[in-house]
Amino acid sequence: MAKRAQPITLVQGIGGAFVLLVILAILGPLGAVMIRAEGVNGLRPADWAAVRFTLLQAVLSAVVSCVAAIPVARALARRRFRGRGAYIALMGAPFILPVIVAVMGLLAIFGRAGWLNAALEGIGAGTIEIYGLAGVVMAHVFLNLPLATRLILQAWLSVPSERIRLAHSLNFTAQDMRRHFEWPLLRATLPGAALIIFLICTTSFAVALILGGGPSATTVELAIYQAFQFDFDLGRAALLGLIQVGICVGAGVVAWRFATATEFGGGLDRPAMHWPGDPHLSRLWDGLALFAAGAFLLLPLAAVTGQGVGAIAGLPLSTWEAALRSILLALASTAFAVTLALPIALLIAGKAARAGLEGVSLLSIAVSPLVIGTGLFLIVFPIADPVALSLPITGLVNALVALPFLLRALIPAATQAEATQGRLADALGMQGTARLRHAILPRVRRPLGFGAGLAAAFSMGDLGVIALFSTQGQETLPLEMYRLFGSYRTNDAQGAAVLLMALSLGMFWLFDRGGRVNAAS
Amino acid sequence: MKLTNTTILTAGITAGLTLLTGAAFAQVPVLTVYTYDSFNSEWGPGPGVELAFEEICECDLQFTSTGDGAALLARLRLEGARSEGDIVLGLDTNLMAAALDAGLIAEHDSTPGDLTLPMTWDDPHFMPFDWGYFAFVHRTDMETVPGSFEDLAASDASIVIQDPRSSTPGLGLLMWVQNAYGDEAAAIWEGLADNVVTVTPGWSEAYGLFLEGEADMVLSYTTSPAYHLIAEDDAGFEAAAFAEGHYMQIEVGGILQTADNPDLAQQFLDFMISPAFQTVIPETNWMYPAALPVDQLPEGFETLIQPETALIFTPEEAAAIRDDALATWQNALSQ
Repeated sequence: MAKRAQPITLVQGIGGAFVLLVILAILGPLGAVMIRAEGVNGLRPADWAAVRFTLLQAVLSAVVSCVAAIPVARALARRRFRGRGAYIALMGAPFILPVIVAVMGLLAIFGRAGWLNAALEGIGAGTIEIYGLAGVVMAHVFLNLPLATRLILQAWLSVPSERIRLAHSLNFTAQDMRRHFEWPLLRATLPGAALIIFLICTTSFAVALILGGGPSATTVELAIYQAFQFDFDLGRAALLGLIQVGICVGAGVVAWRFATATEFGGGLDRPAMHWPGDPHLSRLWDGLALFAAGAFLLLPLAAVTGQGVGAIAGLPLSTWEAALRSILLALASTAFAVTLALPIALLIAGKAARAGLEGVSLLSIAVSPLVIGTGLFLIVFPIADPVALSLPITGLVNALVALPFLLRALIPAATQAEATQGRLADALGMQGTARLRHAILPRVRRPLGFGAGLAAAFSMGDLGVIALFSTQGQETLPLEMYRLFGSYRTNDAQGAAVLLMALSLGMFWLFDRGGRVNAAS
Repeated sequence: MKLTNTTILTAGITAGLTLLTGAAFAQVPVLTVYTYDSFNSEWGPGPGVELAFEEICECDLQFTSTGDGAALLARLRLEGARSEGDIVLGLDTNLMAAALDAGLIAEHDSTPGDLTLPMTWDDPHFMPFDWGYFAFVHRTDMETVPGSFEDLAASDASIVIQDPRSSTPGLGLLMWVQNAYGDEAAAIWEGLADNVVTVTPGWSEAYGLFLEGEADMVLSYTTSPAYHLIAEDDAGFEAAAFAEGHYMQIEVGGILQTADNPDLAQQFLDFMISPAFQTVIPETNWMYPAALPVDQLPEGFETLIQPETALIFTPEEAAAIRDDALATWQNALSQ
């Protein structure tokens, strides 16, 4: 029984096929841009400056986001309080906000004319300046802290309650808990969470520019933008796109070296219970963490909401049409993302987590959306009208972009389900759908719901390739919002932003909720 | 039985497809106009222009829109000879040379006639449809309004500008300083460095920051205050008049080499400078129409500042100096 010849199951076959599909869907467009470029010119000195700044801000953003997320995730794992669900859902909002909206929210609090500076001036203290590297990192933490928190929280919640019960009966102290539970689970989760946030931040463009304060805050993505739109130097754009991929692969290797698998053993999936340890001091800590994160994340959201909520009722019809289009698109791309992710996650879980396979899925957030969009355009154009396909292509790209998040959530759960239930399932001869339904799905349901929620919300908020393909009557809500801004209709745009935030949150909440229903029974 | 079902299904699909492809438009030629995003928004000139042109052309006018002017050009270059486009609408003089070099634009037969630009126009490829002056817009309650770039650099007024690598207004500002100061441009930018609060990817972000109170002034157009005055009934904004003059943005249209129906495309180009098109521009694009007498501008436009000197580079000059100007800008603001 120890060493068995593993037959290639249907699920693994599908998983393998999907991995190939993902590679093709990502590297194909990059290749198309390369071929069209007919020769690649060298990089300019400014491009290397962009690479350095991109790395610096992305590393800082990832580290700060993850470190700040630890106490928040721990507090959420240990505490039960009224409004906990709402708190978790609400604090997820920044991640899915269009950049311009998120930045406006932050500036309402931390900007020159923001609340904080008004308060500081009121008490006679000096003012603070948000622009520069610190501002970029702050905005990236604002956008990614929720993601880091949820990824780490998933790990915390994956500890079987039987283990905690055992810890109680062994009179574990807080220190014991840290050593035996918290440190191993952080060791396993943090590198992945940091990697994914690092990657998101490498493709950052608007945040870095707006809050970076000037040309020194140039990212690779901006260099791609310039190469493509202003110089029409496809070769340089593709080369920079490759550098972006290179950064991703490098980061993936680093993160992989630090990641280890957690093994907490099997459990009977009972609901989580209170952790042993000093109740008073830890309660204070947890309260502080929740309050600080809540204030940091929710005040800017409140400011954005306050600015725009009054304008929602008066939004033009086209905005509502765009909203409906975005909802349908989000549902479609979520369905597609889940279809892709589940077999891939099971394939990786079944093979004791292969770094290469998982790395493939990460490619899609590291590749420049502009390069993917351009490449897809080049591929589709000779065959069909790219404009007619703009919504399907946007859906596809959104699904690819969501894939890493889904896998990041699914793989640990699937791996653990295989580790804990796999042998029993083998012994019972459970294969195929029966194994999936009884042994795997109940255990990946929670992260699946979370991942699907992220995918949906992400697709809602994405501006992405639609901007390259779009035409009359195909606007998504974020694009519509940018157009409102561009037509001086700031109030309407703020209204559209609040609508977008509400819809994204609603989508996330529904999927996430769906994943948690019955998860404890 | 099976046969019958299939027959009905086929008939149904055929009927459906006929409806979908729009039998009503079957005989009407389609004119495809490539333009930038905000032109074709519900609040832009697009809908009004479409309505007015379809009244006279017996055709179906369709817009395809992409990003801003630079993105529009990139899209056309990507499509190349296989483009379905007939007209490009919304490039500016800084992008004209690149469009010509790429072989995208055919010559037109229009005679510019009575244009209302502050300069003569006799380009064989492009026809202007609107124009404006770049300017720093501020609130009327600003205490000391700088009257030149040197003033601005010496003052502690804060400004938000756009990145020339990702936006056309940002490129316009680069050209403005270069045109007004030539070799002294680097010194001007170094002086401005401490006034620049931040640099945004596009106009929307910059204007948003300004409205939020993040800076005293924003790079926009002399016509921006007209929007606030006319559409919002708010007289609280004005543009600062600069002694060295204001750089112009002239937005142009041209017939694409790929136009299937050159006659129809030519008709559109003539229509572009006719009153039916021109009257749509001021209160939708918030720019000056290129061929409409001043007395026909909407009420409120008379309150705008009128620069005494209009600055502009020819398309060839703009293309030639762009890279150097960009390097100067990057160096000065990176320190």
